[in-house]
Amino acid sequence: MIEVQDINKTFGENEVLRGITASFKPGKNNLIIGGSGSGKTTLLKCIVGLHEPTKGDVLYDGHNFTDMHFTERVHIRKEIGMLFQNSALFDSMTVEQNIMFPLNLFTEMSKEEKLDRANFCLKRVNLEGKNKLFPSELSGGMKKRVGIARAISMQPKYLFVDEPNSGLDPLTSILIDELIAELTEEYSITTVVVTHDMNSVMGIGDHIIFLYNGQKWWEGTNHEIAHSDNKELNEFVFASKFMKAAREKL
Amino acid sequence: MWLSFRKPEKFKVYWAEVMREMVSQGIGSLGIIAIISVFIGAVATIQTAFQLVSDLVPRSVVGGITRDSTILEFSPTISALVLAGRIGSSIASQIGTMRVTEQIDALEIMGVNTPGYIVSPKIIAGVSMVPLLVITSVLLGLGGGYLACAASNTVSTADYLSGLTDGFNTIIVTVCAVKAVAFGFIITSICAYQGFYTSGGALEVGQAATRGVVYSCIMILFADLIISKVLL
Repeated sequence: MIEVQDINKTFGENEVLRGITASFKPGKNNLIIGGSGSGKTTLLKCIVGLHEPTKGDVLYDGHNFTDMHFTERVHIRKEIGMLFQNSALFDSMTVEQNIMFPLNLFTEMSKEEKLDRANFCLKRVNLEGKNKLFPSELSGGMKKRVGIARAISMQPKYLFVDEPNSGLDPLTSILIDELIAELTEEYSITTVVVTHDMNSVMGIGDHIIFLYNGQKWWEGTNHEIAHSDNKELNEFVFASKFMKAAREKL
Repeated sequence: MWLSFRKPEKFKVYWAEVMREMVSQGIGSLGIIAIISVFIGAVATIQTAFQLVSDLVPRSVVGGITRDSTILEFSPTISALVLAGRIGSSIASQIGTMRVTEQIDALEIMGVNTPGYIVSPKIIAGVSMVPLLVITSVLLGLGGGYLACAASNTVSTADYLSGLTDGFNTIIVTVCAVKAVAFGFIITSICAYQGFYTSGGALEVGQAATRGVVYSCIMILFADLIISKVLL
């Protein structure tokens, strides 16, 4: 389980996160939603240690990640997988080399074992046979799937996903969401997804945190969101006519 | 900076990266260094000969002056300035692009010591390959001088070769070697730093590369002055 306790983050005069406290449970799709500039990605980066919180703590299974030294953090980071908004695949490496990269650095597996693991991960994201392609030869959806394959190559306990649907068509977005949800359930991973895609929210949102002006404004499930009377949340979720109509039918 | 030289997670992976950088920096720069060195050596010889047209000065002096100026200044300094453009801009833009496309963040999330994995192989390759390129430059520069002598009648090749060996002081080789190592470090570390701390997008990556090259050139000239003053 991941817990964030009273997280604050400021950049100069700009207070981006204000006293956020939340917990993310294993085997659940934990979604962080909110409008642009609400602090979603900053919160995610504070959780994974790419930003240091100005105040507050991040706990991984009770261990305070914020206070840890670089060498101690490495142990936690080996258990973290992350899919970035733009996939962040290494341009100079093939798909296979991208997936094998953490295995080369942090495991004592033989070359055959690493290849088997890479093939398994590629099969899991439906990209069998794409081993030798470079990232520049992949479509946006394929890059996301390779990013997921790389993220799960070390069998992570924690999976972080930043805007998995950005730049993807609706069908591919749903496939990516389903893949994330399947992996979360299959391996009982603590998954944290930052998104503002309403299909994701309604489709896989086991646990949703809504950020507004850098504060946790609402917390609940995808079933609860439809019946919430929170004004800001409703303005965000049901902004489109389609969503408003869908809500009225519920 | 010290994080760049922490113990690697796995030596084999880092070693492969060092080798890749050595090939990229060394072999990749050989062509431009060869062309520049031959021309500089030839021009230095012709201009020195032009300035020393006197019956009181032996012709072999041209060889000696070309040798000293090539080893002490032309090869290390001009090669380094060229390499700052060739290698430095490549390093800064490569690392800068990795930064803005979140590839460095991805490495950090995996638990990789990113300065160590990204920066140290480039610095190691720089301090080992720039001296080799400078040695190549010296040899080709002196060869260029020989070709200039052979092509013109101002100085005979025999006089030129005699001048190359007359009054040879080994300190100039030491100075050249120290400069080459220092310049290799300056180019790679400054440009890597500029790339590593890039933020924004394509525009900022270009600006980081430009800053890296400009700062490297200034620091090369400054280090050139200091090393010459201290060692000569």
